[in-house]
Amino acid sequence: MSVSMLLAVVLICAAVFYVLGNRRAIGVSGGDSRQLHSRPNYYGILAALWFAIPAIAVIVVWQVLQGHFLEGGIVDSLPPDVLERSADQVRLVVATIKSLAFGGIASGVEPYMLESAAGYRSAHGFSQTLMSIMSLALGLLVAGTTVARITPQTRARNGVERIVKAMLIACASLAILTTAGIVLSMLFETINFFKTVPLSNFFFSTEWDPRFSSAGRDGGDTGQFGMIPLMVGTMYVAFVAMLVAVPIGLLAAMYLAEYATPKFRATAKPMLEILAGIPTVVYGFFALVTVGPFLRDTGDIMGLDIDARSVMTAGIVMGIMIIPFISSLSDDVITQVPRSLREGSLGLGATKSETIRKVIFPAALPGIVGSILLAASRAIGETMIVVMAAGVAANLSGNPFEPMTTVTVKIVNQLTGDNEFTSPQTLVAFALGMTLFVITLGLNIFALHIVRKYREQYD
Amino acid sequence: MSAVETNIQSETVVPPQTATPSNVAKMRGRDVCVFYGEKQALFDVNIDIMEREVTALIGPSGCGKSTFLRCLNRMNDVVDICRVTGDITLDSQDIYDRAVDVVHLRARVGMVFQKPNPFPKSIYENIAYGPRIHGLTRNKAELDEIVETSLQKAGLWKEVKDRLDSPGTGLSGGQQQRLCIARAIAVAPEVILMDEPCSALDPIATAKIEDLIHELRENYTIAIVTHSMQQAARVSQKTAFFHLGNLVEYGETEQIFTNPKDERTQGYITGRFG
Repeated sequence: MSVSMLLAVVLICAAVFYVLGNRRAIGVSGGDSRQLHSRPNYYGILAALWFAIPAIAVIVVWQVLQGHFLEGGIVDSLPPDVLERSADQVRLVVATIKSLAFGGIASGVEPYMLESAAGYRSAHGFSQTLMSIMSLALGLLVAGTTVARITPQTRARNGVERIVKAMLIACASLAILTTAGIVLSMLFETINFFKTVPLSNFFFSTEWDPRFSSAGRDGGDTGQFGMIPLMVGTMYVAFVAMLVAVPIGLLAAMYLAEYATPKFRATAKPMLEILAGIPTVVYGFFALVTVGPFLRDTGDIMGLDIDARSVMTAGIVMGIMIIPFISSLSDDVITQVPRSLREGSLGLGATKSETIRKVIFPAALPGIVGSILLAASRAIGETMIVVMAAGVAANLSGNPFEPMTTVTVKIVNQLTGDNEFTSPQTLVAFALGMTLFVITLGLNIFALHIVRKYREQYD
Repeated sequence: MSAVETNIQSETVVPPQTATPSNVAKMRGRDVCVFYGEKQALFDVNIDIMEREVTALIGPSGCGKSTFLRCLNRMNDVVDICRVTGDITLDSQDIYDRAVDVVHLRARVGMVFQKPNPFPKSIYENIAYGPRIHGLTRNKAELDEIVETSLQKAGLWKEVKDRLDSPGTGLSGGQQQRLCIARAIAVAPEVILMDEPCSALDPIATAKIEDLIHELRENYTIAIVTHSMQQAARVSQKTAFFHLGNLVEYGETEQIFTNPKDERTQGYITGRFG
């Protein structure tokens, strides 16, 4: 039985146990559900959960362990001369056999492989059958016991509550563990990178020139991995973007929240939010075809030499992209400031704009900073607009009308090239990612600290 | 009348000390109707709010007393669907006239709300807010003085003088309400409107606010909405009874509570309905 089939069977059985639990509860109560501790459907839910949870647990554990044991079986069946080859080649052979077993396309097939594949196939089938039996049997056992033990005093409602709580905890920890996993995977590759390239080369060099993956292998120059031009590019583009987005976004939010009629707000806000739904590559077109040439032509008129691809182009377009993040979230926060504070200020003879500036804005500050932070992290992480609007050349320059590039663009560049995965040319992407992560984390913590210090808390 | 028309600044420095009511109507309502959208909330209210007296507005919930109070400094302007007809005058000037600056009007007719609503700022900043936005002071020393006298008038100075920098929201409910009264006094209004100022407070804090209202009457004209008839009897000289959007009876507080002319008033003050 395939896994998806088995899952379907498990769900059906759980549904059956729901009915059983429900019936049994009504049965033990003598038909009067008021005699029960919980409402009858709670007994059903409890029985269904106690079927599904052990059964699915068995499937998950089995799937994780099965691969390891079955591959061991393949390796054992290989002829001795194959085993003498390098570990990578043995892995290749095993992969070929697996592919053969399920009718996949494989090249370099040898007779011993066919034999192994047949063995693997039958072992796999046996394992799946055993898993199905074990899974259903355990489910039946646990859920059967639960149903058999139902009495009017059984606290099914509390039991369901405990299981729900456990599931919530599991989901929350899954999210946290994933974050930790991402960070760890970056961390290990970063350490690998720094085994071949010195720290000073990466952090303090102003030259970005990673060359090709053959460089450095033959004892020659390993290339220059200075991240400073990239980091400066990232910060520069993000800074220009924030310069565009923060004032426009905040003022738009204030208008929407305080001045606009409810009718206008109801139409304008979703329209503004559409901006956030446009794919960034489309913003890239906009930058490439409209904003870039416009800046260049304007420069020509004023006698300035402005490149169509520049920090300015990318920054302005990125700024437009993140306006809705700031305006929409800030609008929500401003609207949440209690009406009583507004009336208090207006009642003292303050004008609307004085009220906004001196009472509402300080009270809404934490949320506003939160929205700005979210926008900033979008700006720092943005790749597509930069590729199309600011180029891929790693320049270090203070002139916003020259092309520059950012960390994320170079990460894409290094990872999608045809470099070997273990070469520093590829691994530098992880080091860059890690650095960017640490910097944005630092910015977030700093901003939170500032907010906590200056916030005006209302209750 | 001339004492009334002195400008705001000089009144701050030399408050008129006469305690006796001047028998002048500070604010007048003539045929005031209020509509929320299609629904009419007030019907032809005629009332004179006498200078340096406390006027209590009583009546069951939803009778329009708060709505009327909010008309007196045009706080209803904030509500989009609200429409006011009729005449309301302050010192014989129509406050709904196009020439009237609503910001200036609210500086002259201050308001204290049902729930204490101090700004999430320091105690000092709460009081200084009004004088700052109206430019009432020339320097920090004058501002400090306004803050101190306002807090003293509100009976809060002794309790907070050592912690003017701590947040106003950290005070107790009664202290917060007195802070709000001090905040209103700081802009030197001529009339103070109070919308159930004690409904969120315990009896001790309520007693303090009532004492305060007695003292404030010497310098200010006060209109107070209250649900407590004992409170109306204790603090006010004139009482207005509202019922279903109508001003049923208006007169001397003593007369309203001992010898009401309308049987609805009689029923309400004796607790038979409401």
